[in-house]
Amino acid sequence: MNVAEAVIRSLENEGIDTVFGYPGGAILPIYEALRSSKIKHVLVRNEQSAVHAASGYARESEKFGVCISTSGPGATNMITGIATAYMDSIPLIAITGQVRKDYIGKDVFQEADIVGATEPFTKHNFLVTNAEEIPSIMAKAIKIATTGRKGPVLIDIPKDIQLTAIEYKRIKNIEITGYNPTIEGHTGQIKRIAKKITNSSSPAIIAGGGVNLSGAKEALTRLSNTRKIPVINTLMGISSFPMDSPYYEGIIGYHGYEHCEEIIKNADLIIIIGARMSDRATKNFSLIRPDTNLIHIDIDPSEIGKILNYQLPVVGDAKGILDRLNEKLDAFEGDYWVKEKGIIGNIENGNNGDKSVEKESSISAKKFLKAITKYLDDDAVITADVGQNQIWTARHINYSGNRKFLSSGGLGTMGYSLSAGIGAKLANPEKMVISVMGDAGIQMLLGELGTLAEIGKKIIVVILNNNLLGMVRELQDNAYGNKGRFGIHFSVSPDFVKIAEGYGISGKVINEIADIKPVLEEAFKTEKSFLIDCRINAEENSL
Amino acid sequence: MNNNYVLSVIVENEPGILSRIAGLFSRRGYNIKSLSVGETEDPKISRMTIVVGGDKQIVEQIKKQLQKLIDVIKISELEPEASVCRELALVKILANEENRPSILEVVEIFRGKVIDISSETLTVELTGEPQKINAFIDMVKGYGVKEMARTGLTALGRFESKAKVIL
Repeated sequence: MNVAEAVIRSLENEGIDTVFGYPGGAILPIYEALRSSKIKHVLVRNEQSAVHAASGYARESEKFGVCISTSGPGATNMITGIATAYMDSIPLIAITGQVRKDYIGKDVFQEADIVGATEPFTKHNFLVTNAEEIPSIMAKAIKIATTGRKGPVLIDIPKDIQLTAIEYKRIKNIEITGYNPTIEGHTGQIKRIAKKITNSSSPAIIAGGGVNLSGAKEALTRLSNTRKIPVINTLMGISSFPMDSPYYEGIIGYHGYEHCEEIIKNADLIIIIGARMSDRATKNFSLIRPDTNLIHIDIDPSEIGKILNYQLPVVGDAKGILDRLNEKLDAFEGDYWVKEKGIIGNIENGNNGDKSVEKESSISAKKFLKAITKYLDDDAVITADVGQNQIWTARHINYSGNRKFLSSGGLGTMGYSLSAGIGAKLANPEKMVISVMGDAGIQMLLGELGTLAEIGKKIIVVILNNNLLGMVRELQDNAYGNKGRFGIHFSVSPDFVKIAEGYGISGKVINEIADIKPVLEEAFKTEKSFLIDCRINAEENSL
Repeated sequence: MNNNYVLSVIVENEPGILSRIAGLFSRRGYNIKSLSVGETEDPKISRMTIVVGGDKQIVEQIKKQLQKLIDVIKISELEPEASVCRELALVKILANEENRPSILEVVEIFRGKVIDISSETLTVELTGEPQKINAFIDMVKGYGVKEMARTGLTALGRFESKAKVIL
């Protein structure tokens, strides 16, 4: 078989059933091999979406995501998507076509140094120069993407190499000299953590995206229940812990809850699990005092000690470590210390001092999202975009049970929501998927409504429409006062329902509070995708 | 407290590895004082000697970030007492018939070698610890250094057990 066929065969062997891509001249042989494969190809409308969709697919399945593009502009269009996945540690493989090996460096048509360009945003990348190496390159790429701290790996294959015939052999368990991530936490460290927890009177856990990536929700829940430890999430940690637990306290950071800061201040032991505690979560690194009694559990040793000084570090996979930790801990019979200290947060309403101006007649995005919560299945997947919609979706939907929250936390990439929703839906078609975004966000990758129409599976697309860039508006107000609003208004806003209908997707506008119930009823009842254009109050703030 | 730390990094001899390392340092704002690289006994493996400026915490981060690069196999921090360091410099000094003898005196004291000569210049090859090279340049500055090429530091640990190794 040729290299292109070997690449597709490697993906089939890993159980990949769906890839997202956009063909072009330099990737033709891969597409020819795909044509006769059982793998389903989803044609997107912009290569950036292919990466976001692969990301949504990876986060919902137990596998990695795959996105494919041609050379030059096809590849460079993937850069934002790849950087998004890199910041959030999502396992995916990006395959790009490249011009013929002997043309590289001569500035030929649609040539771009994508390996150089994605070097800052990939765990590793490969330019395939020797066709014989493709089986080992595929094996290495998959191992790198899916182990240790997961992340995107790019494979750039010149067209003539794709066509070269090789001996294909499936390689399992390939050794990579310079890559040996620590998965098992150190036994001695785990023992010490158990001791510290047992001896502390006011422990607190901060759970981040790593808990989600590790599949450690059950282990974390058990730990919290056993010792009655409050759990606080970073944005990326949302849905790593059931929000209907009595020990769930809320989100931390710039867009978090004040009482969570109270808990941190009063804790005599803080356990950070799978969170890198960047500027958002720590409010410009100020939230946690340098002298705090800190345990940091992370799969990436470089995250431990990067921002915060730890007393007790453990490198390894969260689930494995928490499972072993749980075995060493006895149940705590005392009272829940947070309640004892009287630190009460108002998460029920999700409002900790809503400072925005609310008009009686206009629709509050917060209240609208709370209304949606009632219709959500126990295992619904909610994707959010970036901006006010992201914060509202994080704070005003109840992620109880097995509900998932997927968003771009690290890079904060607009346009993520719909494409990731498509990927998530294809990974688990039986689950309900709701994609929330702003009117600005959907316009970034508007064409993906076409992709949605084609996949034949249902997503409810919720546009929180205020005709402007809401979060930038807030930032300008804070920095320059109301007079500072500039460059954020859409003087021309489309009729999104008409656009959706142009793609064969039904939809409705919500103009007044009275419209909410009937439109939601219709949206959740129908079997097909549905777009809701909800006109919200433009003065509402994210907090 | 800003100090210089010497890292000896064993890497796979893959195309682009120098770019990856340089890119990592540049992207994260780490301060490279010098970098020298060459093949080892195994042609598939290269050794890079990197002198970084910073404090203890930064150097710890640098080591961890370097370790994340797939092509990086091993990192050792070489402490001054537990390693041998050398640098090579080629120094082209303005030299005419009158001052040439005094320049040659300095060269001999430093045990340098004259490897090129013209009616106006004299090129000296000098190897030694960086401080020795600095001292030589200080001595000949007065005559006028026309051009200079320094390789940057290269180093090896003296005893395996003394060097701090990260696998």
